[in-house]
Amino acid sequence: MDFGLSEEQQQLKESARAFLSGECPTTFVRKIMATDDGYPRELYAQIAKLGWSGLVVPEKFGGAGLGMLDMAMILEEGGYAAMPGPFLFSSVLAASVLKLGGSEQLNSKWLTALAEGKAIGTVAVVERAGSIDPVDIAAVATKDGAGWRLNGTKMFVPYANVADFIVVAAKSDAGEIFLFVVDAKAPGVTIRLLKNLDLTRRVSSVELKGAPAERLGGGTDLFAKLIDVAAVAVAADSLGGTERALEMAVEYSKVREQFGKPIGSFQALKHAAAEIVADLEPARAMLWYAAYAQDTGAADASRTAAMAKARLCDIYSRGTDRAVLMHGGIGFTWEHDMHLWFKRARFNESCFGSPAYHRERVAILGAY
Amino acid sequence: MDLQFTSEEEAFRLKVRGWFAENMPTSGLSADSEGRDDKTWLARAKVWQRRLYDAGYVALAWPKEYGGQALDPVRQSIVNDEMVRAKAPYLVGGLGLMMLGPTLISWGSEEQKQRYLPKILTAEEIWCQGYSEPGAGSDLASLKTRAEIVGDEFVVNGQKVWTSGAQYADMMFCLVRTDPEAPKHRGISYMLIDMHAPGITVRPLVQMTGDRGFNEVFFDNVHVPRKNLVAKLNEGWIVANATLFHERNMLGSASGSEQRFNRLLALAKSIKRGGRPLTEDPVFRQRLVELEIRVEAMRYHAIRQLTDQIRGKNPGVEAMINKLVGTELNHDLASAAMEAMGDYSMLSRDDEAVLDHGYWPYEWMFSLGLVIGGGTSHIQKNIIAERGLKMPKSR
Repeated sequence: MDFGLSEEQQQLKESARAFLSGECPTTFVRKIMATDDGYPRELYAQIAKLGWSGLVVPEKFGGAGLGMLDMAMILEEGGYAAMPGPFLFSSVLAASVLKLGGSEQLNSKWLTALAEGKAIGTVAVVERAGSIDPVDIAAVATKDGAGWRLNGTKMFVPYANVADFIVVAAKSDAGEIFLFVVDAKAPGVTIRLLKNLDLTRRVSSVELKGAPAERLGGGTDLFAKLIDVAAVAVAADSLGGTERALEMAVEYSKVREQFGKPIGSFQALKHAAAEIVADLEPARAMLWYAAYAQDTGAADASRTAAMAKARLCDIYSRGTDRAVLMHGGIGFTWEHDMHLWFKRARFNESCFGSPAYHRERVAILGAY
Repeated sequence: MDLQFTSEEEAFRLKVRGWFAENMPTSGLSADSEGRDDKTWLARAKVWQRRLYDAGYVALAWPKEYGGQALDPVRQSIVNDEMVRAKAPYLVGGLGLMMLGPTLISWGSEEQKQRYLPKILTAEEIWCQGYSEPGAGSDLASLKTRAEIVGDEFVVNGQKVWTSGAQYADMMFCLVRTDPEAPKHRGISYMLIDMHAPGITVRPLVQMTGDRGFNEVFFDNVHVPRKNLVAKLNEGWIVANATLFHERNMLGSASGSEQRFNRLLALAKSIKRGGRPLTEDPVFRQRLVELEIRVEAMRYHAIRQLTDQIRGKNPGVEAMINKLVGTELNHDLASAAMEAMGDYSMLSRDDEAVLDHGYWPYEWMFSLGLVIGGGTSHIQKNIIAERGLKMPKSR
């Protein structure tokens, strides 16, 4: 019985905190926010050197072969720093489904490049309904002599604008949902950047007109696995973001004075801050378990991933609301950094299933 | 990270489970405080704790020289889990076991440990806590009960209130003012008072549940030997905080929430509204899952703290939230059950038509008492903010 981070995991987390506070301060995040593609290439080249890009990629494809709990350390710090760019979608989601369902040949090409930082992948699940529910997926996959072809329009695809390949969820003739790998530069693929509210993120629509695709193995289970991994990854980012928002609000409350005292001496602010802590700490333990369950393939891995996603996204939204409020007027300005996390919380909340959607999954899995 | 128990621990768990299956008292005791003002209840409750102790299932982690077994915290947590699982009766010596005992182990003199700890384990001496006073609730350090030194004794005068179990306790761990001139936190001492001493009057208070669970305790020239002082004179506030830390962890313990949630879920499945079980009502279903997630998070939070304890890590801000989160969660669970029962929630537990054996109306009230006792949620939030987040003090 040992339910805590290993020394290596703690070191990974600390080194990620140190690296990102040096290389990815909010001045840098804002510079990337103002770019068209939202992708900090130099930062990502350094990340690849640190081994983060291929952290969960098997060693034979040039990765470190580590698990989701290890990755959660980096994701949490990425959330803390509001790190921009496709890391979560490429090095966690695309990497995880390729690892599980990619052919040797496909993985030699994409997984190796991904681990080396030479390719970016992403995943395309959602369509016009704005939901990850399989019922709302209408993109069609058909097979002819030359292989699979995809037709349909994917929406809100993270970083499709800079991706080299896209993992697409589409329905077969029999109505089953499979995952397919599409070359982003292939004929029949049209990518249009959408105007995002959270500028630390980019999303696009991806139109597929007979786009050539390769099917990943694993069938419908792989789609479910993708949702689980995404839930844990977004939850980890949310954990770090909530920590940052709390820290900023608390620090501000110690220096801002009103009525002749630091505002942090008022119980209204103390209670707001304490409520964030009370939400956050049990959720942290739950996230650890959710990541660990992904690594060990525990029977409750899906259920606990859904729980962590629902809980941490709720906490992130509620926590950033409170943190903005604790700042008062300054927190509402563009100049102050608080809105970076405030908006990212909303992005995370909807990204890969709303809290209500995941709660319904928990109810189904728990046979309510 | 490794969530597996060793094969020895698994074997131990099965042994404990088997013991509870065979030894649970069949009547007269319940997991809540029902009947606590009844003499027969007291005798039975003492026998129950003694039996549990003889089986080796009380305070397993305490040092051997004071009647413990010096086992690791995992064993104790296995016993706690199994007690909850078996719906084992409330331990009458709970305050001694979970609050005073650990405090004495850290702060007591060797003589005090020898004298008091073994009898806490066996329920030969039952303890109550003398902290709150009519004028000292959340502002505990403003307490006025006075202890003056006369020869080698203290003479105590004053009043305590909300004293749970004082009606049957043999001893009280008590905060008294020994230096009225000093700043309020520095004039307090921590002492052990014999509840059978002349000059002590216990007057029961009736709780909103209708039970006589807590009391007023009056001290009129009560003589307390000087050796009953714990730690140094006027340094009681530090000791009091150690006890409060143990109390908050006890009140916020995660193990009961899981059982309560399972009971709530079973209740919701059994109730039909609009022709379908309440679990299929989309709004109530969401609410149930939200509660389950909070319960589950607290379970992992507890295991995390158990690991920190084994690793020898000092508790940080994460330990300060146990009481706040645990007690509010239990009250939210009970409130959801009351809502689930619809008009049946109007009934007291004594009506024959009451649902789920009348568990919820009592639990709904009692759980709110625990949101207050040991420092209200508001006070807990101040503690988290000031001690955990280092936000400036307002006082």
